[in-house]
Amino acid sequence: MTKIGVLGLQGAVREHVRSVESCGAEAVVIKKKEQLDEIDGLILPGGESTTMRRLIDKYDFYEALQNFGKAGKPIFGTCAGLILLAKEIDGQSDAHLKLMNTTVKRNAFGRQRESFEAEIDIKGIADQFNAVFIRAPYILEVGEGVEILATYQDKIVLAQDRHYLACAFHPELTDDNRLTQHFIQMVEESKKELATS
Amino acid sequence: MSKTGTDRVKRGMAEMQKGGVIMDVVNAEQAKIAEEAGAVAVMALERVPADIRAAGGVARMADPRIVEEVMNAVSIPVMAKARIGHIVEARVLESMGVDYIDESEVLTPADEVYHINKREFTVPFVCGCRNLGEAVRRIGEGASMLRTKGEPGTGNIVEAVRHMRKVQAQIREVAGMSDDELMVYAKENGAPYEILLEIKQEGRLPVVNFAAGGIATPADAALMMQLGADGVFVGSGIFKSSNPEKYARAIVEATTHYEDYELIAQLSKDLGDAMPGIEMSTLAPEQRMQDRSQ
Repeated sequence: MTKIGVLGLQGAVREHVRSVESCGAEAVVIKKKEQLDEIDGLILPGGESTTMRRLIDKYDFYEALQNFGKAGKPIFGTCAGLILLAKEIDGQSDAHLKLMNTTVKRNAFGRQRESFEAEIDIKGIADQFNAVFIRAPYILEVGEGVEILATYQDKIVLAQDRHYLACAFHPELTDDNRLTQHFIQMVEESKKELATS
Repeated sequence: MSKTGTDRVKRGMAEMQKGGVIMDVVNAEQAKIAEEAGAVAVMALERVPADIRAAGGVARMADPRIVEEVMNAVSIPVMAKARIGHIVEARVLESMGVDYIDESEVLTPADEVYHINKREFTVPFVCGCRNLGEAVRRIGEGASMLRTKGEPGTGNIVEAVRHMRKVQAQIREVAGMSDDELMVYAKENGAPYEILLEIKQEGRLPVVNFAAGGIATPADAALMMQLGADGVFVGSGIFKSSNPEKYARAIVEATTHYEDYELIAQLSKDLGDAMPGIEMSTLAPEQRMQDRSQ
């Protein structure tokens, strides 16, 4: 069975586990870097990106996460996860994992009172997807080869760069598993490729 | 069409805080220390609970200047406290763009009968609870997040433990009830039936429940996580300790790795003095903040 890890340092871990399991894959909560060896793909959940980064550094996850991605294993970042994956963060001198060819802006849709839900169309994956945006970031710019999969009010809110997927909203907060299903397909395909290469 | 202030958006915000530590701060400098240590949010106050307790008198919403200063200092969410039933304090905080409001017994209640109707607000609320009836009444009024009341400003974990155990035990009790037993339970506990039904079906609360009131050490934070807390609030425990930076970091790590005892042992070494504690039996009934609301 395909094994999907959910980085379990902080944030909406349980919701992603439920979503992965509803899609028929096995979910593993990752608290130690050694556990990364057991999984085929990884979800970086929503939460506070500054908190997660501190815990990533503290527990020596930084290189392990970068190596995981560089080995060709898929990573899906939601909200804070989108920030962790980005190559550049607007207004900050340094970014975090720098795996995905994107420039992102934190809390770009505003504070909590501006948080919202809206129906968006996801290219080739899902029409009328109920997307929940909470103090959400968005993607300001994408580099070459990055596919923009969804926008909201002309802002990029979902993109895929090779085996990296990132969204500004929280698919784990609804029962609509279509986006998680798409990620699991990415993982299954990469598993086949990695097995034959 | 986009919608703001929905249950999903308000409760979802608290879901993102899970596994984290929310710290009380009284100025920008403390807020930065908290953010740097890995806090998931800060609570902007004029005084930490231990100082409110010591000062006596009427405790009110913080000076908006302090709240503003904290909001400008950090990028993590900022919470602030309004008095129980004080609709205008809550509206003022909402207008300033505070991310979460704590309708809190730490401040002197403005209304001894009614809590704020929190459903009318776009900003989400957190409220304290000592048992399931109180938890469910607050959810009924529109709270999007709960916390134990504990006994604020005491550095004594015993009340938070009591409240967390009580709520957890009552959730298990409700989960095992038949629907007809549930109606009587609703009546006896003053708890809305429909929300109890949801708890029975899911086996858990529909909103996150953090621990608060008396957490003073990394081990206290880990204990509350083991008892089923979704995260912790630390009020006086950090900035009333002898080394706030160290305490803040250690409590964040102990909350993440609450079952890693070797790590908690490491974190607890040479921390310096924890905040001074107060034994419950020395508190007169009128000094018990947890009994200020039902």
